[in-house]
Amino acid sequence: MTLTQTATLPLEVRDLTVVYREQPVLWDVDLAIPPGQLSAIVGPNGAGKSTLLKAVLGLVPRASGQVWFFGQSLREARARIGYVPQRNTVDWDFPTSVLDVVMMGLYGQLGWFRRPGKREREAAMHCLEQVSLQDLAHRQIAQLSGGQQQRVFLARALAQNADLYFMDEPFAGVDAVTEEAILQVLHGLKSQGKTVVVVHHDLETVREYFDHLTLLNVQVIASGPMEETFTSENLRRTYGAKARTGG
Amino acid sequence: MLELFTDYTLRNVALGSALLGVVGGALGTFAMLRRQSLLGDVLAHAALPGICLAFLLTGAKAPLVLLVGGGLAGWLAAWLALAVLRHTRLPEDSALGVMLSSFFGFGIALLTFIQQRDNANQAGLDQYIFGQAATIVAADVANFALLAGMALALLGLFYKEFKLTTFDPGYAQSLGLPVRGLGTLLTSLVVLAVMVGLQTVGVVLMAAMLIAPAAAARQWTDRLGVMLALSALFGALAGVSGALISASRENLPTGPLVVLAVSAILLVSLFFAPQRGLVWDWARTRQNRKRVHLERLLLDALALLQHGPLTPQALAQHRRESLAAATRHLEALEAQGWVRPGPQGYRLTPAGQQKALELQMALRSQPSVFPSP
Ligand SMILES: Nc1ncnc2c1ncn2[C@@H]1O[C@H](COP(=O)(O)OP(=O)(O)OP(=O)(O)O)[C@@H](O)[C@H]1O
Ligand SMILES: [Mg+2]
Repeated sequence: MTLTQTATLPLEVRDLTVVYREQPVLWDVDLAIPPGQLSAIVGPNGAGKSTLLKAVLGLVPRASGQVWFFGQSLREARARIGYVPQRNTVDWDFPTSVLDVVMMGLYGQLGWFRRPGKREREAAMHCLEQVSLQDLAHRQIAQLSGGQQQRVFLARALAQNADLYFMDEPFAGVDAVTEEAILQVLHGLKSQGKTVVVVHHDLETVREYFDHLTLLNVQVIASGPMEETFTSENLRRTYGAKARTGG
Repeated sequence: MLELFTDYTLRNVALGSALLGVVGGALGTFAMLRRQSLLGDVLAHAALPGICLAFLLTGAKAPLVLLVGGGLAGWLAAWLALAVLRHTRLPEDSALGVMLSSFFGFGIALLTFIQQRDNANQAGLDQYIFGQAATIVAADVANFALLAGMALALLGLFYKEFKLTTFDPGYAQSLGLPVRGLGTLLTSLVVLAVMVGLQTVGVVLMAAMLIAPAAAARQWTDRLGVMLALSALFGALAGVSGALISASRENLPTGPLVVLAVSAILLVSLFFAPQRGLVWDWARTRQNRKRVHLERLLLDALALLQHGPLTPQALAQHRRESLAAATRHLEALEAQGWVRPGPQGYRLTPAGQQKALELQMALRSQPSVFPSP
């Protein structure tokens, strides 16, 4: 891999190891995510998928390893990175509205002390339209269904207008209609040349939805274009003997 | 009421309590949303040893010096508590409970030591346990205003960042916000609020001034900004009314009355606030049950009418209930204006037919809500 290639990679991870308390949760992870593609991270429960996203984004400390975004450090590239955390990580009874949450995606651009105003409200509204939630803009967030909550988080990330997105299980616990809506958003991002890295759980759909696949179980088992990587041998090594290839 | 403007002492007490109410209410809002109410209690109790140490070290009885001592100790306790929570596996309530008792116990020990050492000079230190608002003079009010002003100004300045780090710290950090630092800053602002309260309500009752106004305000609104303002307003209201009530009788202590007033506001809010209030909640549930019950009855009546007359006997048999119950149910439907008695049993009124039609449409579009007959 030449230097210029490396510089254009949206995400490159080398020797990443994360330890919470006892054993490593991630061990010596090397990863290269290609630009402009929908990329899936798949693995069993506890494989370290969420931890991988968090470690890459600097939300949990790394025991070792280096991470580059577009050839830059996290600090330099931060404005180009969007994040959709797992839905259950926040208290949805928090006193705020849907539009307010989406505007939080603009706080990074606003910088310190400046409050969101009319322009930010319009931008946030535009993002809500992309996930078909414009009618619920002024609703208290506790009055949303799980699928709607997921789309609010998605809209918030869209508001960041990033080049590289990390999403932690955006398809978890949503119905077929919402799944389709989220998929549309992902395709929209791809058509704008953006890179999306998604933690995904459903082996039945992963081949259909994504271009690139990383199989993770503490270590990277395999990573590459979908057709090459989605093999029963790789899945067996990731999940153990019980895995089905689906489809 | 009029004394508020003429009586110099009362005015200072009321102003001091109101300032405490505003700053406690505002900071308490964030403490509550971050689930750190108990932490507020810990750092309030921890102020006592700080006050005693400040007295021992400086020999000064100037309130500001003692307040700063108390604030520093509170801050230290909060920092220690958070460190213990982060690095040990102690359950949160245990860790904070032990911390609270240890600091408070240490404070009482110091207080006793000071009392025995120079009896003449200690006068007044024990007022910080339950507060003694009557001692508040204009200079104290000025101090309170300074502390509260600082806390509120910083809260306003970092409002957007506090809001985001409170709601979703992980996401805030991904945007590059210093989440830890902002948490420390917010805790420090709570310390400032506690310092405002030491003279008025004391270390033991201070937690109520952080928790109660915020909890009451949450009942009335779903917007953070409104909640913040309401909470400050409730705090101020409690402060002033507590001061007035205590002035109306001899020997009524201000601090406990302020706390009682804020508890009363909380109680009213818990019961009567629209949406979240218990009374409305209860009434709504009851009404919904009654409505669904009547709708089921109407559908049963409709089913019967398709095969024969709608009589109490037929309904009783259909619903497997007593004749008395069936009669009562038909009367309930009649009271609703959905059925009318006729020569061959009951018949649906136009309103009843319309309603039954709507219900059937709803059933068809949402088959999972009701089991199909
Ligand atoms: N904050 C934490 N402290 C200690 N251990 C943790 C923490 N977070 C996660 N772990 C452990 O790290 C391992 C990986 O967790 P992680 O959440 O990354 O898995 P995952 O692949 O996202 O799983 P899932 O499919 O269930 O979401 C698990 O064994 C988990 O118990
Ligand atoms: Mg996970």
